Amino acid sequence: MTDVLPTMPGLPTGETVVDDTPPMTETREEFDVEIKGTVGAPFVDDPKMSARHSNVFYGEKQAIFDVSLDIGRNEIIAMIGPSGCGKSTFLRTLNRMNDTIPICRVEGEHCLDGEDIYAPDQDPVLLRARVGMVFQKPNPFPKSIYDNVAYGPRLHGLARTRAELDEIVEKSLVRAGLFNEVKDDLHKPGTGLSGGQQQRLCIARAIAVDPEVILMDEPTSALDPIATATIEELMDELKSRYTIAVVTHSMQQAARVSQRTAYFHMGKLVEVNPTNQVFTTPQHQLTENYITGRFG
Amino acid sequence: MSIQTILLTLVALLLFSYFLGRKRSLRSVKKGRGGDKLHSRPAYYGYMVALWAGIPAVIVLLLWTMFQSQIVTSLTVAGLPETMQAESQGGHGLVINEIMNLADSGMVAEKSDPTLKAAAEHYLRLRGISHQAIAVLALVAAVIGMLLGLRMVRPDTRARNVVERAIVWTMLGCAAIAILTTVGIVLSVLFESLRFFHAVPITDFLFGLTWSPQTALRADQVGSSGAFGAVPLFAGTMLISAIALAVAVPLGLMSAIYLSDYASPMMRAITKPVLEVLAGIPTVVYGFFAALTVAPFIRQAGEALGLDVASESALAAGLVMGIMLIPFISSLSDDALSAVPRAMRDGSLGLGATRSETIRKVLIPAALPGIVGGILLAASRAIGETMIVVMAAGLSANLTINPLEAVTTVTVQIVTLLTGDQEFDSPKTLAAFALGLGLFVITLLLNIVALKVIRRYREQYE
Repeated sequence: MTDVLPTMPGLPTGETVVDDTPPMTETREEFDVEIKGTVGAPFVDDPKMSARHSNVFYGEKQAIFDVSLDIGRNEIIAMIGPSGCGKSTFLRTLNRMNDTIPICRVEGEHCLDGEDIYAPDQDPVLLRARVGMVFQKPNPFPKSIYDNVAYGPRLHGLARTRAELDEIVEKSLVRAGLFNEVKDDLHKPGTGLSGGQQQRLCIARAIAVDPEVILMDEPTSALDPIATATIEELMDELKSRYTIAVVTHSMQQAARVSQRTAYFHMGKLVEVNPTNQVFTTPQHQLTENYITGRFG
Repeated sequence: MSIQTILLTLVALLLFSYFLGRKRSLRSVKKGRGGDKLHSRPAYYGYMVALWAGIPAVIVLLLWTMFQSQIVTSLTVAGLPETMQAESQGGHGLVINEIMNLADSGMVAEKSDPTLKAAAEHYLRLRGISHQAIAVLALVAAVIGMLLGLRMVRPDTRARNVVERAIVWTMLGCAAIAILTTVGIVLSVLFESLRFFHAVPITDFLFGLTWSPQTALRADQVGSSGAFGAVPLFAGTMLISAIALAVAVPLGLMSAIYLSDYASPMMRAITKPVLEVLAGIPTVVYGFFAALTVAPFIRQAGEALGLDVASESALAAGLVMGIMLIPFISSLSDDALSAVPRAMRDGSLGLGATRSETIRKVLIPAALPGIVGGILLAASRAIGETMIVVMAAGLSANLTINPLEAVTTVTVQIVTLLTGDQEFDSPKTLAAFALGLGLFVITLLLNIVALKVIRRYREQYE
């Protein structure tokens, strides 16, 4: 990790790291620049989601340290940082997916449209219908393409008739840019699709329940460059309708799709700024080290 | 030389040839015969030479065990006087048996015929020679094999591939043994059943509604007419199995779901082994639990409700059998559910499904093959279970679907037909084989149906 490349401005080759383990903090002494709070502009006016003083623990171990961040309406915010920096963990606090991990504990204030999502009267199940999620590895259910997309609408009773359900399925597949490829095979298993198609199927499945926010956890890290490009175009189209937070290991991806970029380091939020600013004139030494490929 | 000594010597020889082969391979590189680098690592040359030594010896030993008694006996018979030879062929080997008994009892029967005595001595001598011969033959085969093997040790010999092939053949052999044994069992049951069907028409057996397996020893005996209608037995088996599965499937599946998705790690660590202890309880213990605790309880409960309950009832046996089957279903289903990737659960939860919706709509369909496998295993156990039924369900072959009456099952009848001193050529005992065949066919059909079900409804996940 200390391979010292000649520092050059611009974008180093991004890398795809498949990281399945729960995020952990790591010590990197060479770059142990002290992080005194977040630099840049973490807050926006009228945010869709917001986190204040977010702390997340896995058992005794703290994975997120005092993160405060706003996610604006209809924007794509990218979260970057080295493996184990807590960006995935932070993403999962936003729809309470961390609740499914027994040893995980969340502190701080997390709001969706100003409502505390961790309030006792909040139902995490309904929250997850409003804040959808797309995972790192495409995970279509072992059902037909149709049933995959219809899964959420059926759960939440979004369609009263078969025709309505058909319409939702078609609309979701169209929005996910998959409809033309699968319109004749709707009753074939979703697991039979290629990796990129499976991931778009998962996106269609997520938007079928008509969420307000879509969280994407490294949505293209298991895909080839062409499938990645398709998904990135799709994200750009989706942002007119949804708010998107995407965790990515690829800095080019962050640069291409997002309006704001948040850089995480060892469980702390180091810098949040408009994307072009982060990649051209990073404010923090750690951000600069990361985007110039000194580590990561 | 006894067979143990032969085997020990062989093992020693194999070890010796291993080291010899290994050493030779190392030396051959130094001498540079055929190359300066070994194709395989030296140990493989050792294995190869050991294989060359071992396989011929094993073949010789196998042939010997298959044919030695035949050869020795026929030689003994050939040594007998003419009159006795004829007798020994006609008298179903009676003479031969006598000779063997004489030989094994160490010649104590002084009164016996001197020719027989002589023949017995001859037999013993022949057997001794055969033992010596085999020792020599096996070891010679091993040594020749070893020498041949050693000649093959050259740097360019692909010893590793030879060993690999030998391993493949060994595994094929192991699989073949299992299959051949099954075929053997099926055939033996089949032929005995055919003998039974000569005595009792197959239609009487399959469609007869009374079971009363009595055959007369004398023609004028009272109650000499036997009835071999198997329907009540199969009905009893089905009734008890159905009760058992009705208990075991819901309980087992629910506990599997609880264990895999709801239980805390602590709870799981305690509950799972305890559940599996159930599988380790001998069925006899279940049997007297059923007969002494559950059956009286059901009887009393039935009386309290004004029902007439037999003291040995299908319900008691079925309930206890169901408890016995819980671990089969819960353990296999738990494994199948836990094997469903976490991404499936996350995907469903992330769409706003509750845990039980996730289990019903995603986990169970994905784990279905494992779950059906567990149920099938339990069903086979239920159909084949004997002890609990003997003790708790009785022996009377009632044709009924009332679980409060006493019924009997196929397995129980097989046991009662074959225990005690029996002649193995009366329809009464042969009926056991026909029943066995029937059970076999049923379990086979069950397997085929289950496989079809799995293939039809399976939801494959990657």
